[in-house]
Amino acid sequence: MHFNPDGEKPIYVQMAEWIEENILSGAFPEEAQIPSTTDISAQYKINPATALKGMNILVDKGIIYKKRGLGMFVSEGAAEKLRSERKQEFFEKFVKSLMSEAEKLGITKNEVIDMIERGGDK
Amino acid sequence: MSTIEIKNLSKSFGKNQALSDVTLTLKENCIYGLLGRNGAGKSTLMNIINNRIFADSGEILIDGIPSRDNDKALGKLHMMGEQLLYAPSLKVSEMFKAAACFYPEYDMEYAMKLSEEYKLNTKAKLQKLSTGYRSIAKIINALACNADVVFFDEPVLGLDANHRDMFYRQAIEKYNSRPATFVISTHLIEEAAGLIERAVVIKDGRLLLDEDTEAIRSMGYSVSGKASLVDEFAKGREVMSEDTLGGLKTAYIKGDRFSENIPDELEVQPLSLQSLFIHLTNS
Repeated sequence: MHFNPDGEKPIYVQMAEWIEENILSGAFPEEAQIPSTTDISAQYKINPATALKGMNILVDKGIIYKKRGLGMFVSEGAAEKLRSERKQEFFEKFVKSLMSEAEKLGITKNEVIDMIERGGDK
Repeated sequence: MSTIEIKNLSKSFGKNQALSDVTLTLKENCIYGLLGRNGAGKSTLMNIINNRIFADSGEILIDGIPSRDNDKALGKLHMMGEQLLYAPSLKVSEMFKAAACFYPEYDMEYAMKLSEEYKLNTKAKLQKLSTGYRSIAKIINALACNADVVFFDEPVLGLDANHRDMFYRQAIEKYNSRPATFVISTHLIEEAAGLIERAVVIKDGRLLLDEDTEAIRSMGYSVSGKASLVDEFAKGREVMSEDTLGGLKTAYIKGDRFSENIPDELEVQPLSLQSLFIHLTNS
């Protein structure tokens, strides 16, 4: 894992998404403690204020919560919440760009559907 | 926690104007990147703040108190500079002990632990150390002193990739355990970019930029694609520079890419701190 300061998204967004990925994959289970801002900032050499900003995005979304004196924990139902959020993004992020790329290459809608079916059989 | 106010600072060496009317506030508990090309005035600025050389005009206030020859105020500051302020015949451990006399919060145990991690021989004399290890000895000293404001002038000079990595990590660990202001001057911008909260850019002795690195991301962007399309888009916008390759063109443009309507055919990229720096300081 590496956070890229020159990336399309700011580092704190990259960090929040990285935690989300780990919650979705089950690496950070619900009600379990996640690495602290201090640990993440030192490990990935990012500014602690930036790391805190990334954490706060997730606190505001209710994905993680703070246990006073203990650290940050994954909220109950966080994975489900993220999954439904990502499903909504799926259309915007993948389907739309898929169709516009297909149009650029002169691939018809039916051909795309055919390709998806072939891909889905894998 | 200390705040440093730099007011209308000017300094010349003979005919060479090293600093011209620099006004800048270094806020408490912030990691700064002090950036500038060779000879821009970075070291001069840090040397003046640390009372190692004197300004021609202007003043420095540390927590509101003029710093010049004020030992109490200067005791809140530490500078890891190019010069070795200790006798070259001193052993590394003797340098640590000497520094511990100046800084009441000096952490000797931490200094010895770091020395072990870097495999720095604390019994070696300073003059016998390689360039890299001399930097390491100064880095450890700077981190162990627990000053409110620590200046690092080219800290990673002569350090290999592993040791540079260790330095960035230790600086963050130290910041986390004992918040302070770190001012890091470096030419390796890309490496340190993630670490820096605020960037200060100096050009020809003048302050060019003092901005949060997050905000810098929206100060410029590049668009690339077919030259004719890029030219059309660039018209009426502030172009910092251009690269051409065959019929393709990349234009580096000032402004926030999110407030622009950029045609789909053009590839848009945010400008990194390093490329923005290059464009700002190219003369």
